[in-house]
Amino acid sequence: MAEVSLKGEQRVFMTGNEVIAWAAVAAKAEIMYGYPITPQNEIMHYWTRLAPKYGKKFLQTEDEISAGFTTLGGVFTGTKAFTATSGPGNVLMQESAGMAEMMRLPVVYIIQQRGGPSTATVIYGQQETTLTCFGGNGEGYRIVYSPATHQDLFDYTIKAFNMAWTYRFPTFVLGDGYQAKMREPLTIYDPEEKGIKLVKPEPIVADLGQPQRKTKHLRNCLNTEDELYEILKGHQADYDALSSKIVEWDAQDCEDADLVIVSHGVVSRAALGAYKKLRAEGKKIGYFRPITVRPFPQEQLKQATKGAKRLFVAESAYGQLLKIVQNNLYGSTLEIVPMLRPGVGITSEEIYDEISKL
Amino acid sequence: MQELKENNILQPAMPACWYEESKPHKFCPGCGHGIILKALGEAVDELGIRDKIVFGCDIGCSLLAWDFFDFDTVQTHHGRTTPVITGMKRAKQDIIGIAYMGDGGGYAIGSQHLFNAAVRNEKITVLLCNNSNYGMTGGQMSPTSLPGMKTETSPYGRDINQTGSPTKGPEMVAAVAPEGAYVARGTVANARQLKGFIKKALENQIAGNGFSFVEALSGCPTNWRTNAKQTWEFIEKDMTQYFKVGELRTPQS
Repeated sequence: MAEVSLKGEQRVFMTGNEVIAWAAVAAKAEIMYGYPITPQNEIMHYWTRLAPKYGKKFLQTEDEISAGFTTLGGVFTGTKAFTATSGPGNVLMQESAGMAEMMRLPVVYIIQQRGGPSTATVIYGQQETTLTCFGGNGEGYRIVYSPATHQDLFDYTIKAFNMAWTYRFPTFVLGDGYQAKMREPLTIYDPEEKGIKLVKPEPIVADLGQPQRKTKHLRNCLNTEDELYEILKGHQADYDALSSKIVEWDAQDCEDADLVIVSHGVVSRAALGAYKKLRAEGKKIGYFRPITVRPFPQEQLKQATKGAKRLFVAESAYGQLLKIVQNNLYGSTLEIVPMLRPGVGITSEEIYDEISKL
Repeated sequence: MQELKENNILQPAMPACWYEESKPHKFCPGCGHGIILKALGEAVDELGIRDKIVFGCDIGCSLLAWDFFDFDTVQTHHGRTTPVITGMKRAKQDIIGIAYMGDGGGYAIGSQHLFNAAVRNEKITVLLCNNSNYGMTGGQMSPTSLPGMKTETSPYGRDINQTGSPTKGPEMVAAVAPEGAYVARGTVANARQLKGFIKKALENQIAGNGFSFVEALSGCPTNWRTNAKQTWEFIEKDMTQYFKVGELRTPQS
């Protein structure tokens, strides 16, 4: 791997998985737990190579269930811990994510989506959007970032740790196989040198520095419906309160647009290309990209599509983003043109052609 | 140890690390969990390690131990206590991690975790209550139900041709754990010996030797539908035919 450092700003040319490993180092993550699955493997490969130099730890577990729960163990002790997975591994990690939602554990998951359902492809997809946002037997109390560029991967992985340790909800970086394996230039940096404060982790149990501490009894199994309801009302209120504070989006030229293209993740790069080309031709096209897919920038999308006649939703899944968009635009009579390609990449030209045909 | 109450009634000795506010505990009358947790409490008291412990309890009847002790406790998911405690210990080596579970959590849904934690010689202590059935869910057949044993899911008796023979957990762990592991099987019928095993298992973790595993044979009169005499007979005579009590591995062997 390339010899680079986090001193100052460094222009580098890396694969997405390598970027994640560097971002975790930059975020001062201390330990990674993981189980091999394509296309996230190289996160572990790079992390284990960086580990001795930066004093980091790694545990290769017996499966993704264990990777998820050992990561929870790490965060319980006040250690910045993370794991990474994909596809069927993401399914197995939902169990630990559910416990993190209930017990408010600041765990960070990196998801590099592959095709689904089942083992499908090891290549690419956006079919883990619903799973990552709403998986588990609960309400989807998660923060999910959908990066589009390698710069995003670096920036939002650092941010994911900060958000997790600030709000104590499980936080996901929802990448994909293309981003994982593709190489592109970006700038890496030490966030603290740039004035980005890194949230300090704190022990949730076993604060050995405080021998006289009050004993903690933490549970996730409750006796009554009412007890559960009280806890969930608290979680819901906290989640509602953070939503308006942390939603992120990118909207371009939506004010006068007749048609707004909505997409997330790597597909939004194709959408951006198509939007620019169509604008250059004088067509009134807007571009909207939710960066947080959960919580979703509802008000911002409503605002961006206020004057539009049509929405164009493009995604590498059969309607997972579409459902989220429809749900968030409830009451709108806007026509939606879907471009749904489950497990398949989408290019600027394809979006351009589809829109030009309308 | 024992103190007199005002009216001259002798109060039973309770380990200092028990959490008094949660007593009397929530286990059924005649349940073995209380004896195991008393043995654990006495071992912790003797070693003076209360403030270093993280106690993880599994789902199943072991979940009722979530506020049993006056030390930090985390309830996990069914079968997932071993990885949670493993993750803690890997992150912070100074803690003393204890994973508490039943035979379903350890030998069925969490068996891959137990097996691999043993193989990796994780420096944690796993304490497993073997009562030959799933107690919390109402007495179904478990990995350690005895041949012919009637349970809710083997109403005509466990047929070993269909369901296999009882899982011998300590034997499995002893077979795969590297040097430095401590493995023993105790029984609630011999609480003093059980406490000794648990103490050694904790000392083995403190010394950083390797994985420490203690299974405790235990009773479940509620689901076995046995009276006191029958319960003790089942633990002492029937269970020990399959599950030999004693030390299987010490760091020296």
